[in-house]
Amino acid sequence: MLDLPLIWAGLIATAVLLYVMLDGFDLGVGILFPFAKSKEERDVMMNTIAPVWDGNETWLVLGGGGLLAAFPLAYSVLMPALYLPVLLMLAGLILRGVAFEFRFRARNRGRKFWTQMFAGGSILTALAQGLILGGFIQGVTVQDHRFAGGPFDWLTPYTLLVAAGIVAGYALLGGAWLMMKTKDSLHGDAKRWTLISAAAVGGLLAAVSVATLFIHPRIASRWGFDLGSGFAVDWPTLAPLLAIPALGLIGLWLVVGMARRGSHRWPFAGALLLFLSGYLGLAASFMPYIAPYAVTFRQAAAPDNALGLMLAGTAVILPAILGYTAWVYWVFRGKVDTEAGYH
Amino acid sequence: MEFDALLLSRLQFAFTIAFHILFPAFTIGLAAFLAVLEGLWLWTKRDAFKVLYLFWVKIFALSFGMGVVSGIVLSYQFGTNWSEFIRLTGGVIGPLLAFEVLTAFFLEASFLGVMLFGWRKVGPKLHFTATCLVAIGTSISAFWILSANSWMQTPQGFEIMADGRFQATDFMQVIFNPSFPSRLVHMLLAAFLTTGLVVGAASAYRVLKERNGPAVTGWNESRISLVMAVGLVAVLAPLQLLAGHWSGEVAHEHQPSKTAAIEGYWETRADQPLNLFGIPDRDAQKNHFEVSIPGVGNAIQNVPKDQVIQGLDAWPREDQPPPFIPFFGFRIMVGLGLLMIALGGVGAILIWRRRLFDSPWFLRFCVAMGPSGFLAVLAGWMVTEVGRQPWLVYGVLRTRDAVSPVATAEVATSLIAYITVYSIVFTAGALFILRLMAEGPVAALAEPAPRQDRAPGSALAKAPEDTTPGEGV
Repeated sequence: MLDLPLIWAGLIATAVLLYVMLDGFDLGVGILFPFAKSKEERDVMMNTIAPVWDGNETWLVLGGGGLLAAFPLAYSVLMPALYLPVLLMLAGLILRGVAFEFRFRARNRGRKFWTQMFAGGSILTALAQGLILGGFIQGVTVQDHRFAGGPFDWLTPYTLLVAAGIVAGYALLGGAWLMMKTKDSLHGDAKRWTLISAAAVGGLLAAVSVATLFIHPRIASRWGFDLGSGFAVDWPTLAPLLAIPALGLIGLWLVVGMARRGSHRWPFAGALLLFLSGYLGLAASFMPYIAPYAVTFRQAAAPDNALGLMLAGTAVILPAILGYTAWVYWVFRGKVDTEAGYH
Repeated sequence: MEFDALLLSRLQFAFTIAFHILFPAFTIGLAAFLAVLEGLWLWTKRDAFKVLYLFWVKIFALSFGMGVVSGIVLSYQFGTNWSEFIRLTGGVIGPLLAFEVLTAFFLEASFLGVMLFGWRKVGPKLHFTATCLVAIGTSISAFWILSANSWMQTPQGFEIMADGRFQATDFMQVIFNPSFPSRLVHMLLAAFLTTGLVVGAASAYRVLKERNGPAVTGWNESRISLVMAVGLVAVLAPLQLLAGHWSGEVAHEHQPSKTAAIEGYWETRADQPLNLFGIPDRDAQKNHFEVSIPGVGNAIQNVPKDQVIQGLDAWPREDQPPPFIPFFGFRIMVGLGLLMIALGGVGAILIWRRRLFDSPWFLRFCVAMGPSGFLAVLAGWMVTEVGRQPWLVYGVLRTRDAVSPVATAEVATSLIAYITVYSIVFTAGALFILRLMAEGPVAALAEPAPRQDRAPGSALAKAPEDTTPGEGV
């Protein structure tokens, strides 16, 4: 018999990871928008993501819709708990999303406005996702299967730190993506943006990692630290988990080292690796909770017949989705220059 | 009336979904129209079809973008504002929504990129395939969301467990619930009609304008699209009357309180009248200023004259839907539908007599009817959703029991935020679309597009000079 809740927890975690990596570079391009030198540079930056951003964003809809369908209890607890940051994220996504078409259609002042909305929407989305992630990790108050906390539970120094980390992380992904997809002076700018973001990400990731250990005693003990009475380390617990930060360090080295050596592609791979390591680190911290630290993924799971039906469908459809997504990336491979016209 | 989290959440849902529904209602039909245009172009090699495609694809891109961003709001709003609904029924309705994402959203979003930006990257047949897949995706999306919504109207195939949560007993019964087939047909026809009326209005506007310029003799782009649009309305508008009637019969059978609200029946009796007008008054439990035709109500519902039809008095007051919106929404929808039938019928005669382009009064009528599809869709949705009240899942889960445990101030904040953002975004979007429509299909030629040297005769783009061609799978 298949362990359906476990499979679905893995599928949704994968969807969210894919979302963060794929829309991460879209949003990163938006975050870097204010630093571009000219309208032409911004046109090229936008054209590198214009054909794929919508598909990338769909992973967020799958993450949300999948959580709704597979773990309705977790969805119904988390969304009210994170009401305001979710609102901010949606507002950011709306402004960012329409800006692709509107900026192209607008004239003069209108174009300037939608340029700002594209950048502002991307930054707002990234900040809000950081607040959501931070609010998720620090846990939600639950009573009788319902959210029972206050409207601003998600606003703490810790969540602000995570939000800063997400903005820097997306900027890194965006910069590395642009290094891969652009030429000439824009490529040079992208390289500079990438290196600056990498430094910021290195610092913020370290800070978030340490802060997370203090967020909940569960997390510290999962990593083998006893912070209750002084400081003790349980090495047998910690040692295997050290592979995760090691992965992050390799990623960081790929970004910085390979960018300096003039590579166009390895920095992007490094940035993805860095995100993977951060993601695995967090997942290791709060598993098996899906609404930390009140509801586990097993408690939140939908009935088996619903999970089974969806798994049967997913087994057929997901490979097709991955296939045509890869094909679309293949079609739009290579460098983008000012020649690449719209529509 | 107290402005609590429940009422504000209802207003917010009504506001956000009303805006959202406008875009799918338009893009479902427009995607199919684009697929037809591109197919005709590949087949006949006539330039006019290419120009029309390039023109309408710009409007499609704008509309689709607005549909995407307003749709994401809805998929999260189920949780932020209606978390109890999802906690209780997620195990039944969740898979339908998940399948919508898996089977439709990815298909549309991925191939939209190829459709809009793939001119120089893929061959004409592959580009046509991408257009078709986007069109198919929009209809698949309608399939799942109508199924989920219809289950809320006519729930079946589930049981309620000891802890109050719902569990499906038969997913085929859930998906193919009684009101689903008729409501899907009704909605898809509405979407195609909406598109036809918009295309007709924009084309008629251009044909009218051209009457003041140098004489047009042949079949230019606007004339072609006008005939296509009027022809579509002529065929579909009468069919929609039948589909609507079918939907009404299903409602009469499964949701009698909705039918009573729509018809303005307060009294349970045989031989109901047909109420043409009235002001339903919930407090007085009667209609003011009633104008009705006695003796024909039962015939309209397709039941014998001596059969009893329930009025709202058959339910205690807390189980009655508020009748005002269903009553008037229904009459607005039907009125617009009759005007559409008139447009199609008169238009068909004018086409047959070859007088279509020389009938300014009719062209103006087409322009005026441009927004009528949107209005009818909104009116129809208000009828069906308000008519379902006070239930969220008809007869099983009350709306007031489905709301999230969030503060009133939070919902007030989000409602104000949505109104602000939507006002900016959709005003700008509407202006861009109207500006394009005013320019007409020539706008398609003014912008970077497939280059001229490879367009005539062949199709979209073959891109010999591109150094990185992706010739397909």
